Amino acid sequence: MIRVRNLTKTFGEFTAVNDISFDVGRGEIFAFLGPNGAGKTTTIKMLTTLLKPTSGKVELDGLDPVVKQHETRRQFGIVFQDPSLDGELTAAENMDLHGALYQVPRKIRIERTELLLKLFDLWDRRQTLVKEFSGGMKRRLEIARGLLHTPKILFLDEPTLGLDPQSRNQLWTHVKSLNETESVTVFLTTHYMDEAERVAHRIAIIDHGRIVAQGSPAELKEQTGAESLEGAFLALTGSSIRDEKAGSVDQMRQFARMWRR
Amino acid sequence: MNVIYMLWLREVKRYIRSRAQIVGSLGQPLLYLLVLGFGLGPVFQRSGNGSYVQFIAPGMVGMTILFTSIFSGVGLLFDRQLGVLKATLVAPAPRTIIMVGRTLGGATVAVLQGLLVFIVCLVAGFRPVSLAAIPAALFFMAMIAMVFGGLGTAIGSALKDIQGFQLIMNFIVMPMFFLSGALFPLTNIPKLLGIATSMDPLSYGIDGLRSSLIGISHYGMGVDALVLVVIAATFQMLGGYFFSKIEL
Repeated sequence: MIRVRNLTKTFGEFTAVNDISFDVGRGEIFAFLGPNGAGKTTTIKMLTTLLKPTSGKVELDGLDPVVKQHETRRQFGIVFQDPSLDGELTAAENMDLHGALYQVPRKIRIERTELLLKLFDLWDRRQTLVKEFSGGMKRRLEIARGLLHTPKILFLDEPTLGLDPQSRNQLWTHVKSLNETESVTVFLTTHYMDEAERVAHRIAIIDHGRIVAQGSPAELKEQTGAESLEGAFLALTGSSIRDEKAGSVDQMRQFARMWRR
Repeated sequence: MNVIYMLWLREVKRYIRSRAQIVGSLGQPLLYLLVLGFGLGPVFQRSGNGSYVQFIAPGMVGMTILFTSIFSGVGLLFDRQLGVLKATLVAPAPRTIIMVGRTLGGATVAVLQGLLVFIVCLVAGFRPVSLAAIPAALFFMAMIAMVFGGLGTAIGSALKDIQGFQLIMNFIVMPMFFLSGALFPLTNIPKLLGIATSMDPLSYGIDGLRSSLIGISHYGMGVDALVLVVIAATFQMLGGYFFSKIEL
């Protein structure tokens, strides 16, 4: 479903993603793990047409995101690291706007909205403004929205960041069941190793822009002789801490937190 | 078409729901209108220019539209940094369509806010020369919204963070307001100030509003309309250019 060959992205002198290759099969849940600044988000951006690769090739269901931008965009749904819902609109309105942007016919839009909101336990709150939702509810709504246009692939970029264990648990249960019922391929990143171990069929670990290991959770543990996936992860990426510079986006997040509740 | 309508609807719904913003943005024009209007009124009257409230009311409507349009540009900056825009831009809809929807929505909101201030002016004692002036006034309000909506989009797309907004506010928006002749007549002013005011797009907007609402004009209504249409088209293209350059 996803085919990546020798993908590279450089920003000036800095190489964010360095010659990576991997495949994700149809209906697979694939976890992409790595320390901060390893190149996860850059890779997702290249896979989802938001960034043009410096070199290398990407195919999503046979489509090249650089050449067939709009066709590719129809194939996937995405949940970003930052919340991207419109807080001043209700849950149903957020779904409706998304449906219009993806040109989902009105009738199907209404049916899918009902189906997905019921599935994610949000149907009773469909007329509530999203700004009144809890973090977990917002995340669920974002995933439901990402699935509205029946995509073949769902990208989840750290979807459980900042959620309590209950919400995280529930969210993964939903994702797993959707993966089975709608046979949607899931590509996710996370910092929680236990989640990846529980949910993912296959895992790739990226560090300094390169893929350092690939395989099922069991294979990765075997390869490193570690007891847990976390142990395997640390064995592969080392235990030094990566300090990222706070960019303008981080400052903006802080600012927004100050003004919006 | 549907996409444009939905994005337009989003802007309008957001506006109608944010009562705090609606009421809050009435504060500044009210202050000018009541304090300056009645404070400077006697002096203005004695110098033979008639009622000051009558004179600055069109300026207040223009100012409101200026600020609302620029703020909707900053909304773009928020949407961009916080991911709302990312979700829109990753959808299979052309960016031009997305921008048109947003811009029309922003312009509608600005005109609505301008109309609200217009009503407040009526309550404060402002009287337009005739009801027939309303369509022309609406045209000028829409043009001001398009001019500064385009500029707002360009600013919102080009700015990296919110700190830069202070700079824009103090060095672009406030000077444009003060130079526009919203508060003083443009006749008999020093030559340099005259040149500066004639380079400010808002001057033509407010002059247009004034000539349609109270029949006093400095540049002439035709010149006002022509200048505004040309600048609106230019700024919209500028906004479109910067919007198309947004990288996420």
